[in-house]
Amino acid sequence: MIPELGHFALALALALSAAQAVFGLWGAQRGEARLMAAAPPLAAGVLLAVAVSLGCLMWSFAVNDTTVMNVVQNSHSAKPMLYKLTGTWGNHEGSLVLWVFILALCGGAVALFGRDLPSRLQARVLAVLGLVTVGFLAFTLGTSNPFERVWPPPLDGQGLNPILQDPGLAFHPPLLYLGYVGYAVTYAFAIAALIEGRVDAAWGRWVRPWALAAWAFLTLGIALGSWWAYYELGWGGYWFWDPVENASLLPWLAGAALLHSAIVVEKREALKTWTVFLALLAFGLSLLGTFLVRSGVLNSVHAFANDPDRGVFILLLMMAYVGGGFALFAWRAAAMAPTGVFAPLSREGGLVLNNLLLCSIAAVVLVGTLYPMFADLLLGQKISVGPPFFNMATFPLVVPLLAAMGVGPMLPWKRARLWPVLQRLWWAALGGMAALLLALALSGWRVLPALGFAAGAWLILAAATDIADRIALFSRPRAAWARARGLPRAAWGAAVAHAGVGVTILGLAGMGLAQEKLTLMRPGDAATLAGYTYRLEGVEDVTGPNWTARRATLTVTRDGREVTVLRPERRNFPVGRMVTTEASIHTNWLVDLYAVLGEERDGGAVVRLHHNPLAPWIWLGAAIMALGGGISLSDRRMRVSAPAAKLARGQAPA
Amino acid sequence: MSRKRRRLWVLLLCGLGLGSATALTLTAFQDNLVFFLSPSDVVAQGAPAPERAFRLGGLVEAGSLERTTAPDGRPAARFRVTDGAHTIEVTYTGVLPDLFREGQGVVTLGRLGPDGLFRASEVLARHDETYMPPEVADALKRAGHWDPAQGAAPPAGSWNRLDPARMPGRDGS
Repeated sequence: MIPELGHFALALALALSAAQAVFGLWGAQRGEARLMAAAPPLAAGVLLAVAVSLGCLMWSFAVNDTTVMNVVQNSHSAKPMLYKLTGTWGNHEGSLVLWVFILALCGGAVALFGRDLPSRLQARVLAVLGLVTVGFLAFTLGTSNPFERVWPPPLDGQGLNPILQDPGLAFHPPLLYLGYVGYAVTYAFAIAALIEGRVDAAWGRWVRPWALAAWAFLTLGIALGSWWAYYELGWGGYWFWDPVENASLLPWLAGAALLHSAIVVEKREALKTWTVFLALLAFGLSLLGTFLVRSGVLNSVHAFANDPDRGVFILLLMMAYVGGGFALFAWRAAAMAPTGVFAPLSREGGLVLNNLLLCSIAAVVLVGTLYPMFADLLLGQKISVGPPFFNMATFPLVVPLLAAMGVGPMLPWKRARLWPVLQRLWWAALGGMAALLLALALSGWRVLPALGFAAGAWLILAAATDIADRIALFSRPRAAWARARGLPRAAWGAAVAHAGVGVTILGLAGMGLAQEKLTLMRPGDAATLAGYTYRLEGVEDVTGPNWTARRATLTVTRDGREVTVLRPERRNFPVGRMVTTEASIHTNWLVDLYAVLGEERDGGAVVRLHHNPLAPWIWLGAAIMALGGGISLSDRRMRVSAPAAKLARGQAPA
Repeated sequence: MSRKRRRLWVLLLCGLGLGSATALTLTAFQDNLVFFLSPSDVVAQGAPAPERAFRLGGLVEAGSLERTTAPDGRPAARFRVTDGAHTIEVTYTGVLPDLFREGQGVVTLGRLGPDGLFRASEVLARHDETYMPPEVADALKRAGHWDPAQGAAPPAGSWNRLDPARMPGRDGS
């Protein structure tokens, strides 16, 4: 009964979202206020229906209802409750429902927070979101029904891939989808603007919070995925340039570019067509990621069951949304005349450079990701493109990006002179140089990590300089506190996010100095890595809720003092017959001590030890970036209606 | 600045960005494209240059796996990769994936020395026991394990268990 209810709710959502699309578009075109006013309640209805559907699916997983095919294929009664619930979206069908739920959530948010929008614009945005929802609901109901029954029911389910049985599954997909789907909103705004043929500062002010929120969530989602891979896969790495990772990086890059060019639209009414183009691109790349993961063209942990029908359907959806969007763009973009004029060397110019570099990086990553597929399809060659390609091709683009990132925020609008800005940044540059020399000397002249340390220090110091400059910390220190409080949150957010990039770069540079040791140890043996001594005390059997494991106990000492005890495991899951390695990690925020237990033989155990300097900073930096996005989101001027903001500013610096 | 000159600047910058991205991609492609070869491919096309990494895939020949421990305590392995027609000897230092078995599909990344020994730097992990890497399935098909004209492919699980030593050709199964 409950699964049928969920199925029905999903079908109801399809009908409601179709109505939302038709009423919104038609009403806005005809100027019929009543039709346009129907769009927000319909969006709320879609949200409610999809929420009920997701709830029904989660309930089926929670009670392990083996008459539902999806539960049978992806769950098991012996699984802990957390993984039963999160396992709802650990498979293709369930994750689609989550995808649609978040899309409906975005629609609901536009309906709720967009009450100050011009009614035509709001109706069109909701209509386009409705169209996207229709496509994905049709896809779900047509090719991947999560509520399909199976009769007679088997005794129990087949279990969830053990790699996914981790708390990470509770957060990684929802955060990532919030990012992906958030770009559906900026896409809808772009389409609405193209239909109206008008992009102005107000449009930029409405789009930027969405671009910002989507980007912040995507940052968190990607970072969480990378951290998960780091501790769960047990390879000691954090980023493998796997096609699916690249698929999430592409909208992130395009979204970062969008975020910055929307500032120019908002402040200077320039770069309008370009911003609209980026909004289309960001959502197009999100869809590409969805296509890559769900069509079966890839094989990875992320790839769901291979079904050509689904691939074709997703491809058609992608062509309709992206192709339709770009066709509309080609037809209508000329209508949007640029008004703001600026010199090449100015804040606008800096943001153009940022866009150019981010898009070039995205282009390189896109080619590297898709080329093997095309080579296979067209030339019949089996090729893979690995990390060396991506490292080599993106590095020369990242260096100028990081260098310009420090300078850009300090350039004035319209027209700038470089020299005064560089003068203000001299001590940040000096700090970068110092970091370079120090890292070179300490790491034994390893150039690449040292460059990373220099770039990280430069970014953090440049962000600090920017803030110090704006609050006149050194010229008028007494007034600094008052000025700091009066400084727009957006300026704080930008500085924090840029510093976050710096922290991540420091982490990457630290990982460039990582050391590893692979050795066969017998109980009582000791191995030394980077000044730490690891002694194997023994290997024992342990039993978990749905697995048995061998667990090694390693005592780590440094200069004779005990630092920690590491307990890496090899878990054996009888359901699904899989073995996973559980790395044991001890961190003091400056270095990760990381141990993995391998096979046992010759009376000993193969142990892999990693010494990963600054590893946690990679994800810490991403969290700081997202925090910067959040601070920027809380800026007064993001609260849409401009006159109210002016009024409020009068009261704020009390 | 006039609108015309500004447009020129923007176009110039875009050209620069696009051009440098293309140039970077092509240069990096030249050195870093990793080809997949089966043992038969290596024999037919000749061995790639010793400094050039490629992926070698096929079945781990039954009875060929030999585990050793290097003098510094690092575990090592030596095995042969076959596609039924030809075999290549592989050495690898490190922990083999959990699902590495004799007689099952494997993909390795490494370099082929002039001595004919393939030094693998990576042996790719698989996700479950019945999974057959698509490249390996394709290589086996080309080597004659499965003739598409004779019907659908046998399930990957049974391919994995085929003993290549007892596998004269397409009539064997």
